[in-house]
Amino acid sequence: MADEIVDQLSKLIAEKIIKQPGKVLKTDQALISSGLIDSFSLVDLALLVEDTYGVRIDDSELNADTFDTLEQLATLIRSRK
Amino acid sequence: MIVMPITFTEKLQETYRTRPDQVAIHMLLAGKPDLPLTYRELLCGAAGYARTLEKNGIQPGEVVVLIFQHSLELVYAYFGAILRGAIPSIMPFLTEKLLPERYRTDLAALVSITRPEAIFTYREFEPEVRVALSPQSSVRAVMVSEDADPPCEPDFEQLGGLSRKPEDIVLLQHSSGTTGLQKGVALSHRAVHNQLESYRRAMHLDENDVIVSWLPLYHDMGLIACFLMPILLGVPLVLLSPFEWVRAPYRLMQAVTKYKGTLTWLPNFAYNFCAQKVRERDLEGVDLSTWRAVSNCSEPMRYESQHAFYERFKPYGLKQEAFCTCYAMAENVFAVTQGGMDAPVTIDAIDRDAMQTKWEALPAVEGRPSVQMPSAGKPIDNTQVRVVNAKGHDLPERKIGELALKSDCMLSGYYHRPDITAKAFTDGWYLTGDYGYMVDGEVYVCGRKKEIIIVGGKNIYPMDLEELAMGVKGVHPGRVSAFGVFDESSGTEDVVIVAEVETKDVAERERIADEIRQAVTRGSAVALRHVHLVGPRWLIKTSSGKNSRLQNKEKYLKEMGM
Repeated sequence: MADEIVDQLSKLIAEKIIKQPGKVLKTDQALISSGLIDSFSLVDLALLVEDTYGVRIDDSELNADTFDTLEQLATLIRSRK
Repeated sequence: MIVMPITFTEKLQETYRTRPDQVAIHMLLAGKPDLPLTYRELLCGAAGYARTLEKNGIQPGEVVVLIFQHSLELVYAYFGAILRGAIPSIMPFLTEKLLPERYRTDLAALVSITRPEAIFTYREFEPEVRVALSPQSSVRAVMVSEDADPPCEPDFEQLGGLSRKPEDIVLLQHSSGTTGLQKGVALSHRAVHNQLESYRRAMHLDENDVIVSWLPLYHDMGLIACFLMPILLGVPLVLLSPFEWVRAPYRLMQAVTKYKGTLTWLPNFAYNFCAQKVRERDLEGVDLSTWRAVSNCSEPMRYESQHAFYERFKPYGLKQEAFCTCYAMAENVFAVTQGGMDAPVTIDAIDRDAMQTKWEALPAVEGRPSVQMPSAGKPIDNTQVRVVNAKGHDLPERKIGELALKSDCMLSGYYHRPDITAKAFTDGWYLTGDYGYMVDGEVYVCGRKKEIIIVGGKNIYPMDLEELAMGVKGVHPGRVSAFGVFDESSGTEDVVIVAEVETKDVAERERIADEIRQAVTRGSAVALRHVHLVGPRWLIKTSSGKNSRLQNKEKYLKEMGM
């Protein structure tokens, strides 16, 4: 089943955070623990999620234990909408 | 006659006697109430650790490596080692993106060169430490904070710290990177004392000052300016975690507001980072008018970065005169120069072409490209700076050469490395490896002679990264070049890797690029900005066959149209 949030997040993260617009991120790919999104960009990710979905991620949640993949991030967003 | 205490333990003992109830550190930990720690609490906590070291047979003069996150344990263990008369050295804690195997290799490298007698860490981390140690290792004791003695009254005489003489080594500082781990800068009590006394005068420190810092303690700026200086000189310190700051940079502003902070030190990228990533709503009630000096230090400083910071926080009371600059290095304990304290930081507009091609810093001419150079200020009063050419001869004003320095607070040596210690000095002058020039007694730093890349104040050795990239299938040994490219928006360097590959297959090339990225990040905790794959014979080598990173960088920039 296509997941709109996952698709949109994948595009936005590739373009704005990793800065490789063409890159396709897999749904279950580790983003934080793999270093793909490094610690200096975590706050950008929080701002991006807030601006796009109106959902706030607290800075204490910006770690791989809270979410590491697009799927987990989408679930987190959905649970707060 | 009153004798001024020189050694750390003498200073701490005096503070304990004269003002035990003064708050030494306000520890800020996420999700917990702020923890004010008085000198009594600090030294009693440290005394427990000192006793633990003693019980484990660790003698004064022996090296203790500390592996802790930003925590009370780290603070207690550091001063515990001091009270015992042992020599503390902080090793950065494992981060989630760094491969544990890589961390082990780094730790093993540090242990083999520095030959520490003990390691102090968390129980949870003890197995990680043990696997890194060989049976012949110098380490006699691995201790865990959970087993440390509870806080107790410090018996200064008995614990061992008072047996240390001013010329004895008090601490080691390791810079990051595998290559950096092989060089522990050893500093004596007297060197640190002389630096702090001179720097105190340069900063006009007084009883109203409050230092606010989020800097890591394994680096000289965090350790000396924002940990040892306040604690040893009795200036209150507000200490945040670097891990938390990077996720919530506004906490720095809130801490300055709450504690009426007056002094902060930041690497250049932090100015951009704060200016770009702090939201309005997190600044509610923020008042930065107490900040009298925010010193830009530890990576090349940029006028544009300070300006962006000023524009962003001016509405919150930030004063323009708070902007300061500092040129520092662990080999001089910390500061070499300080600018912006007695007069605004001089901005020297110079001709760009003359700087790049003629090694001259000529005043800018209307209609030609120019560079705004912030002055790093004058040398602090115990330090002399010269600008020399390759032969070691003095250069006149506005000529660019290598910066050399001499002071009464130089390192005792690189620990257990008499070979590189001897090479670092020429006739008593320490050659810094930085290029710069002087005008009116002020120092301007232009760049580095060594090819070190500085990302967010952290030194990165390109060969470490190249080594990691060469491990990827499809990449040939010796066909990789890593370098830093300055990024205007982040105010620091981006790391780029160029690698020669044979294959023209698109999918295969993408795999190689992804694996290089992964290998470098997991092996060094450095995120790459760009992996540029090229065909055979792209890379430029020097006449002796060595990787010419500077030329490769120029070629890359040209190809990218930058």
